[in-house]
Amino acid sequence: MATRKTKAKSNTSPEELKAFYKDMLLIRRFEEKAGQLYGMGLIGGFCHLYIGQEAVVVGLEAAAKDGDKRITSYRDHGHMLACGMDPNGVMAELTGRIGGYSKGKGGSMHMFSKEKHFYGGHGIVGAQVPLGAGLAFADKYKGNDNVTFAYFGDGAANQGQIYETFNMAALWQLPVIFVIENNQYAMGTAQNRSTSTPDLYTRGAAFGITGEIVDGMDVLAVKAASETATAHCRAGKGPYILEVKTYRYRGHSMSDPAKYRTREEVQKMREERDPIEHVRTMLLQGKHATEEALKDIDKEIKAIVSASADFAKESPEPDLSELWTDIYATQDA
Amino acid sequence: MATEILMPALSPTMEEGTLAKWLVKEGDTVASGDILAEIETDKATMEFEAVDEGIIGKLLVAEGSEGVTVNTPIAVLLAEGETAADISAAPKSEAAPQGSDAPATAAQAAPAHAAPAAITPAPLEPDWPEGTELKQQTVREALRDGMAEEMRRDDTVFLMGEEVAEYQGAYKISQGMLEEFGARRVIDTPITEHGFAGIGVGAAFGGLRPIVEFMTFNFAMQAIDQIINSAAKTLYMSGGQMGAPMVFRGPNGAAARVGAQHSQDYAAWYAQIPGLKVVMPYSASDYKGLMKTAIRDPNPVIFLENEILYGKTFDVPVLEDYTVPFGKARIWREGSDVTLVSFGIGMTYALEAAEKLAEEGISAEVIDLRTLRPIDYDTILASVMKTNRCVTVEEGFPVASIGNHLSATIMQRAFDYLDAPVINCTGKDVPMPYAANLEKHALVTTDEVVAAVKQVTYR
Ligand SMILES: Cc1ncc(C[n+]2csc(CCOP(=O)(O)OP(=O)(O)O)c2C)c(N)n1
Ligand SMILES: [Mg+2]
Repeated sequence: MATRKTKAKSNTSPEELKAFYKDMLLIRRFEEKAGQLYGMGLIGGFCHLYIGQEAVVVGLEAAAKDGDKRITSYRDHGHMLACGMDPNGVMAELTGRIGGYSKGKGGSMHMFSKEKHFYGGHGIVGAQVPLGAGLAFADKYKGNDNVTFAYFGDGAANQGQIYETFNMAALWQLPVIFVIENNQYAMGTAQNRSTSTPDLYTRGAAFGITGEIVDGMDVLAVKAASETATAHCRAGKGPYILEVKTYRYRGHSMSDPAKYRTREEVQKMREERDPIEHVRTMLLQGKHATEEALKDIDKEIKAIVSASADFAKESPEPDLSELWTDIYATQDA
Repeated sequence: MATEILMPALSPTMEEGTLAKWLVKEGDTVASGDILAEIETDKATMEFEAVDEGIIGKLLVAEGSEGVTVNTPIAVLLAEGETAADISAAPKSEAAPQGSDAPATAAQAAPAHAAPAAITPAPLEPDWPEGTELKQQTVREALRDGMAEEMRRDDTVFLMGEEVAEYQGAYKISQGMLEEFGARRVIDTPITEHGFAGIGVGAAFGGLRPIVEFMTFNFAMQAIDQIINSAAKTLYMSGGQMGAPMVFRGPNGAAARVGAQHSQDYAAWYAQIPGLKVVMPYSASDYKGLMKTAIRDPNPVIFLENEILYGKTFDVPVLEDYTVPFGKARIWREGSDVTLVSFGIGMTYALEAAEKLAEEGISAEVIDLRTLRPIDYDTILASVMKTNRCVTVEEGFPVASIGNHLSATIMQRAFDYLDAPVINCTGKDVPMPYAANLEKHALVTTDEVVAAVKQVTYR
């Protein structure tokens, strides 16, 4: 067991860089559109945007294979897009329409896709972490080499059930990667106001779980960490902790007065550490892509996102009979 | 193509807001992410960001305008190469209310709304002496005043919870309290409900009077073991030696469109537990008076608030020390044909139904229980003995509801007075759906209450 800080860089290719650029841009544009639809009243309730954190899920997914599972909190749109869920289905869930992944019954915070092994979308802070270990338990039980990515925030990292889970995951050597998305704030609480020691990646030490801190604004660093962690889990060595340092640009949810940090702090992050700009620069400086080619990608992404918004507006509301369905499962015929 | 920028909805419950300040002027070029304006919502002042790039062609709503309804056009954004002359050609943007073809004008925007009228009952036995000066207050303000008055009175009272101090409360209930009472008594906790609820109970054992705020009662499920096994039962288990004089409070029940995990009414859950007291107020004066009583009570009190009620305005008496006793219902409306019993947000449906029924010549007596443990059975029974019919109204689930319990009590104690079975109007027996149309049907509705009354009065 060790805790460490890695600077490992993953091997990459121009194709992969372009794919990262595209995947991250899709999340960003999708979230901007969601914010806009919220402002227009088409999306209601809570809506937590992922803008700024795109490199985290895109980098982690880069080392995932078919059969791997993922589970996260309410800030889930990026995770769904990154694992290949259909933007139309995600956006239509946000507008509460029948074409959404949960037929409009779940909303922004509660969305699922069995096909893509996306186990939600959970509204209760921290609750998804034991669930993620349970998914890993099932895989180990079945004897395959799948891993589960269990994502949670810096605020969630204080919930007691996470430490109960750490203990059991280590005790039973479960193939689960605990991904702490440390965006430095839990709602209006800066991490240093809620956490007695700042380094969350060391929190598994008492249970013998290896932890690693990762620059979450650098998709290649995240990918490298994901490769290490997945290899560890697949080799049957038990759980792994990744503390991924990231930043959310927008408010906690739509109704966030944002008085707990300065506009300059956000602006500085955007200007100096933006994960998408980072890849864009690599592509241009390495001469892997021209401005023109990137503009084409931008256009392509814009078209996907506006199609998803159109779909989400046109998809009808669920039939009233849906109120009474899916409460109990029925025996398979 | 010129597009309209619309007044955004910035919170789940926002219907209108104040355009506090423009941060751009006509002719400015803006990019996505630039701050356009500061908007005051029902909860906070928020920065409103541009989504598209373009040039501000015209500001349609002057800064300082109050009561600007969501989706009102507030500015026109011009694309590159367009001039102000293109504005009249601006298409209605996507979210503009359908069916209105008139071009956006400044006059159409920003109607100056008067302050919302207070909901004034004609209580039969008012909670305050005749002639008492009244002021209009929101539930949010009255609740804060109740807590603050008790904290001034008693140094052992303190408030702890997530975002209660520096953020001023997730729902702005503890606004200004950190400033007045300092960080010793207004304490931000990590997101660890089970832990801080337990610390609160321990502090109460140790002689303090904690107010533990749950950001919402949905999250109190993480802490329910400490609430029930530690707070509610210790007095009994210790043979009366020690207990937990404290308040657990926070919003309970459905807000708006926040889905199954964030929309549940726990009234019946807590009302089931001996050792707890349970309060679920409707009006601002009750929020204040019952909160003060709750803090002084030597037992653990569950104080169930409601996010939708926070912004509602009522008359509140201007009195030095206004308290409302537990176990005393309030009759909001006298009637002779049927008794409507409700509490908390359920009162909105009960009162609305009574109004509609009056138009049809049916006279409903409306009782607000205010506290669910203890329950004021006498007031309910006296009313049922007069009207011979009863309908209960609550937002919670139907099985083992408060209404079920009241029905059983009425059956046992006033069976001979009943001319019809008691009907319980409740939320539907389903988890709360997110879709707007389904959510409306999942909640109890005024029409259902009206229909139930017609059923028990055989009309
Ligand atoms: C058990 C519980 N308590 C409180 C909340 C309210 N809440 C929702 S998100 C949040 C902050 C979580 O912050 P963090 O874990 O850092 O995740 P982030 O939002 O930054 O992604 C809080 C307090 C909740 N949903 N569940
Ligand atoms: Mg966070």
